[in-house]
Amino acid sequence: MGYRLKMKLWRGDKSGGELKDYEVDVSEGEVVLDAIHRVQAEQAGDLAVRWNCKAGKCGSCSAEINGKPRLMCMCRLSDFEEDETITVTPMRTFPVVRDLVTDVTFNYEKAAELPSFSPPPRDADGKRRMAQVDVERGQEFRKCIECFLCQNVCHVVRDHEDNKPAFAGPRFFIRYAELDMHPLDTNDRRELAQGAAGIGMCNITKCCTEVCPEGIKITDNAIIPMKERVVDKKYDPLVWLGSKIGIRNKDTESRVPAKQGKAGHIKRPAH
Amino acid sequence: MSASEQGGMERHQYDVIVVGAGGAGLRAAIAAHDAGAKTAVVCKSLLGKAHTVMAEGGIAAAMGNRWPEDNWEVHFRDTMRGGKMLNNWRMAQLHAQEAPERVQELEDWGALFDRTEDGLISQRDFGGHKYARLAHVGDRTGLEMIRTLQQRTVELGIDVFMECTVTDLFKDESGAISGAFGYWRETGRFIQFDAPAVILATGGIGKSFKVTSNSWEYTGDGHALAMRAGAALINMEFVQFHPTGMVWPPSVKGLLVTESVRGDGGILKNSEGKRFMFDYIPEFFKSETADTEEEADAWYEDKKNNRRPPELLPRDEVARAINSEIKAGRGSPHGGIFLDIASRRTPEFIKKRLPSMYHQFKELADVDITAEPMEIGPTCHYVMGGVEVDADTQESAVPGLYAVGECSGGMHGSNRLGGNSLGDLLVFGKLAGEHAAKKVSGLGANRPAVAPDDVAAAATSAVAPFEVEGGENPYAIQHDLQQAMNDLVGIIREGAELEQALADIEALKERAKQMVVEGHRQYNPGWHLALDLRNMLIVSESIAKAALAREESRGGHTRNDFPKTDHEVWGKKNLVVTLNDSGDGVQLSEKPLPVMPDELKKYFEES
Amino acid sequence: MASTDARESTSGSMEAGVGGPTRADVGVRTLRGDRWWLAPLTTFVVFFGFIVYATFRAFAGKDYYSAPYLSPFYSPCLGDCVEGSSDFGQPFSWFPLSAALIILIFPLGFRMTCYYYRKAYYRAFWLSPPACAVAEPHGSYSGETRFPLIFQNMHRWFWYAAVAIGLILTFDTVISFREQTGVDASGHPTFEWGHMGLGSLLMVINVVLIWAYTLGCHSCRHIMGGRLRHFSKHPVRYKLWTWISKLNGNHARYAWLSLFSIALVDLYIWGLAAGWYDDPRFF
Repeated sequence: MGYRLKMKLWRGDKSGGELKDYEVDVSEGEVVLDAIHRVQAEQAGDLAVRWNCKAGKCGSCSAEINGKPRLMCMCRLSDFEEDETITVTPMRTFPVVRDLVTDVTFNYEKAAELPSFSPPPRDADGKRRMAQVDVERGQEFRKCIECFLCQNVCHVVRDHEDNKPAFAGPRFFIRYAELDMHPLDTNDRRELAQGAAGIGMCNITKCCTEVCPEGIKITDNAIIPMKERVVDKKYDPLVWLGSKIGIRNKDTESRVPAKQGKAGHIKRPAH
Repeated sequence: MSASEQGGMERHQYDVIVVGAGGAGLRAAIAAHDAGAKTAVVCKSLLGKAHTVMAEGGIAAAMGNRWPEDNWEVHFRDTMRGGKMLNNWRMAQLHAQEAPERVQELEDWGALFDRTEDGLISQRDFGGHKYARLAHVGDRTGLEMIRTLQQRTVELGIDVFMECTVTDLFKDESGAISGAFGYWRETGRFIQFDAPAVILATGGIGKSFKVTSNSWEYTGDGHALAMRAGAALINMEFVQFHPTGMVWPPSVKGLLVTESVRGDGGILKNSEGKRFMFDYIPEFFKSETADTEEEADAWYEDKKNNRRPPELLPRDEVARAINSEIKAGRGSPHGGIFLDIASRRTPEFIKKRLPSMYHQFKELADVDITAEPMEIGPTCHYVMGGVEVDADTQESAVPGLYAVGECSGGMHGSNRLGGNSLGDLLVFGKLAGEHAAKKVSGLGANRPAVAPDDVAAAATSAVAPFEVEGGENPYAIQHDLQQAMNDLVGIIREGAELEQALADIEALKERAKQMVVEGHRQYNPGWHLALDLRNMLIVSESIAKAALAREESRGGHTRNDFPKTDHEVWGKKNLVVTLNDSGDGVQLSEKPLPVMPDELKKYFEES
Repeated sequence: MASTDARESTSGSMEAGVGGPTRADVGVRTLRGDRWWLAPLTTFVVFFGFIVYATFRAFAGKDYYSAPYLSPFYSPCLGDCVEGSSDFGQPFSWFPLSAALIILIFPLGFRMTCYYYRKAYYRAFWLSPPACAVAEPHGSYSGETRFPLIFQNMHRWFWYAAVAIGLILTFDTVISFREQTGVDASGHPTFEWGHMGLGSLLMVINVVLIWAYTLGCHSCRHIMGGRLRHFSKHPVRYKLWTWISKLNGNHARYAWLSLFSIALVDLYIWGLAAGWYDDPRFF
């Protein structure tokens, strides 16, 4: 069952690096992360790789395998030919730290800027009531394991470093959508989604959806609905006409504009 | 370098330092922050990646949304019985009383639990719980919980030091906590925290075993830090082997298969197709367990007139039964047994209720669980033992040192019920945060100081693996430790094997002194492992030593040579582990169980 | 192969992104070795083919009507159209060019601003990005935040128009099932129901695909139910949303199929009008 796998792993840091060749024994049912661990245990003890659960649940081991953004723990070796060389590089959108590890602080800063959940008081008996159909849309987005592969593949920041300050990225558009679709939330986030989060930068080319290991329909179920909600507020002639003659949307009229959160509490080492 | 750095070392001042960013750590940090303390969380991984994400089934809380008959007293009784009465009764009581409000609180912070028809938080069945009690989100409840707490932490503006490992705790001359020492994983640079309160929330020890559902972080850091600071560990012999871990393919051996599979109707079968759990119902649970398949199957719909299926006995019972079946040669092709839900529920039901399990088997084992049974076997899952703390404040014997969650001991006795860990994290996380904040505000300006010599010693100790002459590979030592613990201190134990384990651990400790790490301090996993290994070794020694001393079988501790539960002798005391005087090993002592007040004793009289 | 090409074409634009100073220095535009260029290339070729055909036919101004069939490119025919083709009058009879140009802006605008087509042409025509994890060739990017692309937000306006067009095409399809039997005393044509030719069948297929595309639109999905925060309080709209969501899941497929069917119906009518063949009749 076992065979000798040829791998190219990117080794290096900010100052530069290169693809280095390794050969390692692998066996049936193994994933790319197993092979990398074996390289680490037997040939390169200082090979930097970030991982935790090795079960596709924590989203730590994101990397690019043969050029495609994937979780190393969910990438089975049986997806490749035995004589195929597997190339692994770190994610190419975030600053590299060392070897396969990148500095993903960008995402944590964006998370902190997000307006938080803002519920009304509880019901008289101290509980809250929501219908299952109403929470299901948000639950899809809360499956997100924050692997940041969507953030990594998104060309808005991948190919344009200068867009990073003005663009929250797909992971946080689904958070906007989750909160805006929350049956209890009291805030209106449309202004922030278009402004601070830069949802207009997205040209819906759907790579985020393609790489999502959780199969979340990021574009169709979160980004486009959020864009449509912005359209409701700003660009729809009928909604505008309706509001002029006094027809209001009960769902949104009671909501107050959300406030942006503040970044800066995630501490990283000085370099 | 920033101004706060001196000699290449960062220094920060806080009121409360929380070590660990899982459910317990984040809940503690939120509570400390809310109580007015300047709080920081220090964690080994990125925020939101802690092992809590792996929790699947749910949070046990007697909210009574499904069964109005449910209340804290029933939950308390279930917890004590599940732990075979060795639990700290006060912790079990607090947990049962406060868990419902802690769950509601998560909802206030944005958690989206599954709902009942009335719109309330849905609750599901789990082993050992009399009523459907686990608040859940499909089979990814832990992810929901950590994300909610993470988002709350960020919203409140609590400082988080990500990918930063704490290696030492500091005390002043009076013996009170004065701070902590650690290093940035990314740069290897040292970092000193001055803080009069440290809350340990580092999780468990599972990485000392070969077959485990735990991630690399579970190296018993909190257990070891506490012991080195002078605190005691209790109940370390009790390690929970989850009955259902994946057994194939080898690379995922041990990966958890949630108990919800059984809670939602899944059954266990051996290679002969027999539903064998009916042969393993212990006397202790006979009165509340179904003895026919008809009754067991009827229970899912009608809990009043039927008793629970034996598949939903507490985890220790089910794990032992599976182990026996495999040993008797009635196992599955890859050395497990069969867990079957495919023949009992529709594919739609399975995909809706168990989406991650469906995904996990499909992606990792090419098995469609809606069409065929899963192969599963026991896997090291949880340590009941941990830092001995005061039940109401979570403070250890060391003033200013707190422990919560899996790294604290007592709450679960000899065996934890499924769903009680997530509740544990929330309830005791909050208590610890509040008490730590209160303690610090009581100190005024009179704070314990960190001694510069201690900082220098901590730094020397941290870089020691780079300076040792020798040739031992930390990965090899870790591998050998895991193998030894798995073979000799596993699910079924024996005196001679435990003695062998202790001898092996001694030898590994010697080898560890010769460990060599290549490369430099920048994001170097070899170095990180070398430092974690010290903790793994001391914790493993604690487990083996306590297991050898406890000459009975109870909960998560089964002795082949002492198969009976001995209520007269061993049912009345805890084993306590502390660091020995020379600091290179551990020593044991005994301590009587805290006495339960009479008004609580009445819940156990009928059984 | 692809990666070798990329290696050679490493240009300055990469420095704005994956070749930037903080990123891992991998040195190439992409390490993907699969045929990632196939999908955008196919889109480009097919889409370009359609544009050439549609432009030619829209400007032709002839052979678009063969009773009882009117080409969808010319419906409604509001200019100086051939006899029998203008069911809604000729308010633009003064318009000197082809009548198709009067109304084509509506279906064209609908498709140009469609969320699916945007993905397709941004990738295939503008290479922004050409494929996932393949660096795009542009030095700067502002998405749909500025003129002219901010007008993509007008999609909903075009959707309202597309519904009207859909109704008109449905009308055209319905009347393809009748035929003229003569003229009455005052000179108005008289009709009889019960005709069906191959053209009717093609028009039915076309109109079904057009509706599948129009109703599966993301804007439609939003208007019908997606904008709600409480499905539970609007059971009918929730049902609609669920149903539209299914269509929406196949939006790309219907986008392409309806594009082909429009061209096919037009081509068929062109052939009939030009007299290349006769319409086979079923009854």
